[in-house]
Amino acid sequence: MADEPLVLGIETSCDETGVGIVRGHTLLADAVASSVDEHARFGGVVPEVASRAHLEAMVPTIQRALKEAGVSARDLDGIAVTAGPGLAGALLVGVSAAKAYAYALGKPLYGVNHLASHICVDQLEHGALPEPTMALLVSGGHSSLLLAPDITSDVRPLGSTIDDAAGEAFDKVARVLNLGFPGGPVIDRYAREGNPAAIKFPRGLTGPRDPIYDFSFSGLKTAVARWIEAKRAAGEDVPVADVAASFQEAVVDVLTRKAVRACKDNGVDHLMIGGGVAANTRLRAMAQRRCEDAGIVLRVPNPKLCTDNGAMVAALGAEMVARGRSASSWDLSADSSLPVTETHVPGTHDEDHDHGHSHGHGHAHDHDHFHELSKDNLYS
Amino acid sequence: MLLLALDTATPAVTVALHDGDTVVAESSQVDARRHGELLLPAVDRVLGEAGRKLDAVTGIVVGVGPGPYTGLRVGIVTAATFAAALSVPVHSLCSLDGIAYAAGQAGLEGEFVVATDARRKEVYWARYADARTRVTEPAVDRPADLTEPLAGLTAVGAGAVLYPDAFSDVRADLPQHQSAGALASLAAEKLRTGGEFLPDQPLYLRRPDAQVPANYKVVTPK
Ligand SMILES: [Zn+2]
Repeated sequence: MADEPLVLGIETSCDETGVGIVRGHTLLADAVASSVDEHARFGGVVPEVASRAHLEAMVPTIQRALKEAGVSARDLDGIAVTAGPGLAGALLVGVSAAKAYAYALGKPLYGVNHLASHICVDQLEHGALPEPTMALLVSGGHSSLLLAPDITSDVRPLGSTIDDAAGEAFDKVARVLNLGFPGGPVIDRYAREGNPAAIKFPRGLTGPRDPIYDFSFSGLKTAVARWIEAKRAAGEDVPVADVAASFQEAVVDVLTRKAVRACKDNGVDHLMIGGGVAANTRLRAMAQRRCEDAGIVLRVPNPKLCTDNGAMVAALGAEMVARGRSASSWDLSADSSLPVTETHVPGTHDEDHDHGHSHGHGHAHDHDHFHELSKDNLYS
Repeated sequence: MLLLALDTATPAVTVALHDGDTVVAESSQVDARRHGELLLPAVDRVLGEAGRKLDAVTGIVVGVGPGPYTGLRVGIVTAATFAAALSVPVHSLCSLDGIAYAAGQAGLEGEFVVATDARRKEVYWARYADARTRVTEPAVDRPADLTEPLAGLTAVGAGAVLYPDAFSDVRADLPQHQSAGALASLAAEKLRTGGEFLPDQPLYLRRPDAQVPANYKVVTPK
């Protein structure tokens, strides 16, 4: 096993400064510094606050990861970094650090795609990904259905949200219920005490003429808010647990229904679920049942690997090394809207025809939604 | 002594190598939107020109601003990461001090003010007794608010050139952006004479302009 690539991965696309180290499919370190508490009072991630926190945490987090892994930086086979998509200013801190680190150590640099990394991380828990893999990525920033015949070179977007990300809907509903930010964990907790069938909330984009694999959570969010307001206006108590359970049921029902449908339609017998919302207990339970019913094997990494972290970036970087994909060049840029079809960003001066970009699958769905409060406060 | 100096606090992406006596190689490109892309290739080019490898460097000199944040962080995180990987120290300097030092090298004497573009119709500025001696903390202000206190003072830097009405004696002939060569020379001088450096922290001077959202907006139609 010692000849498997030893790779350090850096992730700064949102509010987590993550540095992970893997050897092939083996996780050696997963150091994360989160600025989530600093964003809580703003009700969403503030890009400039996140960027400042990344700068402060960057070097200490690298050093913590190396110590945790018990490896020497000299022995690394490569440095991987999230090149996009994500918050521009936040990405730039990680990309700059990764370049400096790779250059100083004389190691190849791999700028990789954040979404492909979310899929690839599952190799650290369940071994090599089946090919193709169907992946459902759900978090505060993403809601995507992706088909990945080759995680290093061929990831195809089947569908994504047309408005809010799934995690965003949790945040917004939590806010209406005065439960704080982030909303995912707290809604999950309340929902366990509630009745998921108590209120019939709408299932977005599930009509016969709607796009089969796309999602919409904006209408659901508004329906929940109206229901709560009506209760309040009538002077009645809002049954928080029932609202949480019924709202969560609507989200999870649509996500799992569309994911299983995508597997069946494409003849894929494995479903991978990643992203922060994959930690949701009801999503896991319903996906498990529906996959079993459909004869699909479900793969969900443990919650710490589902949220943004450096290990997932290292996992994809290691796969890039293992499959001989070309490294990035020193002018690698941070691309806030890097399409998911660009699994990595190969060097500009490299005559490599093997990296198999699949440009033919359309970019319409590739841009994921980040809940930036102020897109213009990057000051540049 | 072999110092690698870099600064991304102004529109210039500037890198220099300094051997303790003189600037061995330097690269400066003015492109305010591409600090991230340009910095590492510039480092590689400067080292290549000097025929040296990064691991020969004994210290990293970096301008910690003030400067527009997104670009500023590129230089600071690069310096910090180099230093960590090579186990060498970072020597942090106020970026305005580099521009002041360059003005001195170009022959400017006496008191003056350095001002750079802070965007949003503001400037970053500091006042100097001479090219080596800053007498105020770096600050960010609207140019019009500086007209009175800085009346009669020579002004250098792109911020002064941008707002000529707010400054008295604008010297557009002197360097307007940072030069890593000047910054490195200043650092080498300080290292020789035991001068002080700044903490390794960016000089943002402004808080992130995030607002706590107003109360929850009701969606039910009235
Ligand atoms: Zn993510």
